[in-house]
Amino acid sequence: MINKAIFERSAVGRLLLADKAGRYLITGLLAVMVVVPLCNLLMPAGSFLHIPTYIVVLLGKYLCYALLALALDLVWGYCGILSLGHGAFFALGGYAMGMHLMRQIGERGVYGNAELPDFMVFLNWTELPWYWYGFDNFFFAMFMVALVPAALAFVFGWLAFRSRVTGVYLSIITQAMTYALLLAFFRNDMGFGGNNGLTDFKDILGFSLQSDVTRCVLFALSALSVALAYILCRAIVSSKYGRVLVAIRDAESRTRFMGYRVEHFKLFVFVVSAILAGIAGALYVPQVGIINPGEFGPINSIEIVIWVAIGGRGTLFGAVIGAIAVNYAKTYFTGAFPEVWLFMLGALFVISTLYLPKGIVGVVNQMRERRAERDATSTPEQGAQS
Amino acid sequence: MDVSMKLNHIFSVFFSFLVLFQLQIVQAEQITPLESEADSALLLNQLVSVKSTSDKKDLISLIAGSNLPQRTRVLTAMQDGDLYYTKADEQLVYAKTHPDGYEIRAVVSGEDLGVVGSRKVRKISINNELRTVLRGVLAELALRSEDAAERLAAAKDLIRSPAPEFLAAIERAKAIENNDKVLESLNIAMAMINLKSDQQVFRLEAIEAFRGTLDSDAMSILAAMQLKDSDGNYLEKDELVRESSAAVLSEMRGKAKIYKLLENAFFGLSLGSVLLLTAVGLAITFGVMGVINMAHGEMMMLGAYTTYVIQLIMPNYIDYSIIVAIPAAFIVSGLVGIVIERGIIRHLYGRPLETLLATFGVSLILQQAVRSIFSPLNKSVSSPSWLSGSWEINGALSLTYNRLYIIIFSLIVLLLLVFLLKKTFVGLQMRAVTQNRAMANSMGIRTGWVDALTFGLGSGIAGIAGVALSQLTNVGPNLGQSYIIDSFMVVVFGGVGNLFGTFFAAMSLGVANKFLEPFAGAVLAKIFVLVFIILFIQWRPRGLFALKGRSVED
Repeated sequence: MINKAIFERSAVGRLLLADKAGRYLITGLLAVMVVVPLCNLLMPAGSFLHIPTYIVVLLGKYLCYALLALALDLVWGYCGILSLGHGAFFALGGYAMGMHLMRQIGERGVYGNAELPDFMVFLNWTELPWYWYGFDNFFFAMFMVALVPAALAFVFGWLAFRSRVTGVYLSIITQAMTYALLLAFFRNDMGFGGNNGLTDFKDILGFSLQSDVTRCVLFALSALSVALAYILCRAIVSSKYGRVLVAIRDAESRTRFMGYRVEHFKLFVFVVSAILAGIAGALYVPQVGIINPGEFGPINSIEIVIWVAIGGRGTLFGAVIGAIAVNYAKTYFTGAFPEVWLFMLGALFVISTLYLPKGIVGVVNQMRERRAERDATSTPEQGAQS
Repeated sequence: MDVSMKLNHIFSVFFSFLVLFQLQIVQAEQITPLESEADSALLLNQLVSVKSTSDKKDLISLIAGSNLPQRTRVLTAMQDGDLYYTKADEQLVYAKTHPDGYEIRAVVSGEDLGVVGSRKVRKISINNELRTVLRGVLAELALRSEDAAERLAAAKDLIRSPAPEFLAAIERAKAIENNDKVLESLNIAMAMINLKSDQQVFRLEAIEAFRGTLDSDAMSILAAMQLKDSDGNYLEKDELVRESSAAVLSEMRGKAKIYKLLENAFFGLSLGSVLLLTAVGLAITFGVMGVINMAHGEMMMLGAYTTYVIQLIMPNYIDYSIIVAIPAAFIVSGLVGIVIERGIIRHLYGRPLETLLATFGVSLILQQAVRSIFSPLNKSVSSPSWLSGSWEINGALSLTYNRLYIIIFSLIVLLLLVFLLKKTFVGLQMRAVTQNRAMANSMGIRTGWVDALTFGLGSGIAGIAGVALSQLTNVGPNLGQSYIIDSFMVVVFGGVGNLFGTFFAAMSLGVANKFLEPFAGAVLAKIFVLVFIILFIQWRPRGLFALKGRSVED
């Protein structure tokens, strides 16, 4: 048991005390992080409580998406930067991880070349391109997972925010960015496996990727990352700095006239968000077992926006809920009624934008407010009528 | 009677002498017409009986010189080794191989004789000498054809396989030729033959003849003259010839480069026109109304499928189907657009990012609807005959008609749209609503109506673009998605709310793309263009031709 006094005095504790939904979310994530691997590893296969491995992988995937949605909600929900290119940061993080896993295959590839990944041997390349150097080292690769998306976000954001590209224009050029990367990664000459991408991974840090234990550890790491990222984002948005972000979102010019360097604020939050997206990609790749240029597709990035919109923009936990809910619905409907799925998804977007402008979280809040009103002001009979 | 007399001569002992004499007649003027069917049958059936090469040679000349309707076919069949005769009644036949032997057709009567076993027929044998003769004779026949295209093809054939024995035939053909293009090809063919001569004068003359033409075969021959062998000696020994060929070659290359540039510009403009067509509808829905219409691509898809359905309805009038499809696609996509506007977008004005989500949902629904109705596979839409073919200006430059028409078509659409917006009352209302909605409303303009019409107009134009796209790419449920990003780039690059900007942006992006392609490849060229747009937006955040004034602030 955590000592309540210590909890209240710690920075994270103070943060969470003011954020009831966040407390539930963190508790839930930590519970899932412990319970799911235990149910997978310790319960016998026939047991009612047993969670099969494919479910663990699926849940892990959802958690990666949740982290990605969190990253987008930070920039979109709190700073008004609608990025239609967040899939690019996700994919870059994934590629960095994929490159490390590729190098780990070593001599076990089809061509048995210790130095070169299979696709390079296939292309008759004789030596490793310079940008693949260092990726055999796990810590270097993990550093790159954060650095590469951060660098892209920094350069892109620095250019865009400095010249005050905003609103729709910014959205469209972020889309252009991910589209350009999509085309680039499809080229074999780039040295990232062309349209097949990177796959056939064997192990990570010596642990086989196929084993249940590794999968459970990756799942737990994903859950932990979402929890930590949530706390980080919450810390950012509830600080004084976060107030400025909201001010920029609501009235950018006014904030600038008050003397704030708007572009610096935007750039910082954009880079943080890109790093989170990159980490999500890096967690995603070993669990799914493949990364290919399709992840850069503009449609993928639009989907992220939709998770956030459906969950509830500008709430952080709404993003997590939206990502998990939409992806669960996707898994369910593509399995049960593949024909209907796109109709459902399309209708979901239309209805949620028309009738639920604040997403699922908005609906829950509304219901709670109504109940509070009813409890406070009127007798139960009148409340039932209203 | 004249001919039958000649036929008798063939078997006479004085045969060779007389035939020489006759050959001259044959080549100088049209031989007197055959009197009857029987005569032609007689002449052709000689092919069965003559055996020696020289006899056959003479007979070939006779057939070529006659005005038998089947002469070209017979001689071609002979050259290709498809000419046989039946052993039973020694009848001359065309034979096609068949699993059970040969499928034969009588040469004289044209009667289909069915399939016979391979033992029942024998080939009219030819050797290399005869093959050369046949080639010359056939070339001359083709050069004398009524059809200019056939003559041109024959002349081009001669360019590719120049041989001195054709020289006389070419000379004769040149004398009566009145088509400039054929004449030019004949000149090149003659020069090709002269180039092989051993006299310097002829060769220099031949090289001079290449000047001013852009024939690729001529260029490769001239280029070959500049090559050195492994010891560093020129393959072409004659220095004067070599120098003159080098001079002509560089002149030809310079000209070809200019034409290549023109051709690239043309390709670029046609690509730009496609971009313009796909973007101009978006320029209205996105540019004028501020709606990020992610379903724009699906409007194009609907237009393309409308074309497909129209062709299903009128399969016998493919040539006119496009003409019908253009208004039909406009109406279909326009109506769908109006429904979307009234049903969804109306509730979302002032929240552009929400329209993105909602219209993306609509695009998913439309895609799935098309998949459910038409199947997820691509549909083939046929092109009308007047769209195929190309306009050959010279050896280096030919413009395909479909590209040419698409340039013209996109310009017409743009001009009509500008006219509609600037010169009509509806256009006036549309502009009023975009500039100041509240004021327009208080002046008695039904803004809701105008919104619906504007969105319908933009969607309808997307439908028209879909008709054009159906002629260029596969018609499938994903048609729209592949163009939507490009369309957005064009509109943003040109400046939102500015049709002239859209036009300029589409054309310059199209041309830039085509000029980058030879150096960078298609994919890299596209990446460069995207990166360029990203950087360009930093420099001019509101596009090339940004609107100025208060209404710009959002």
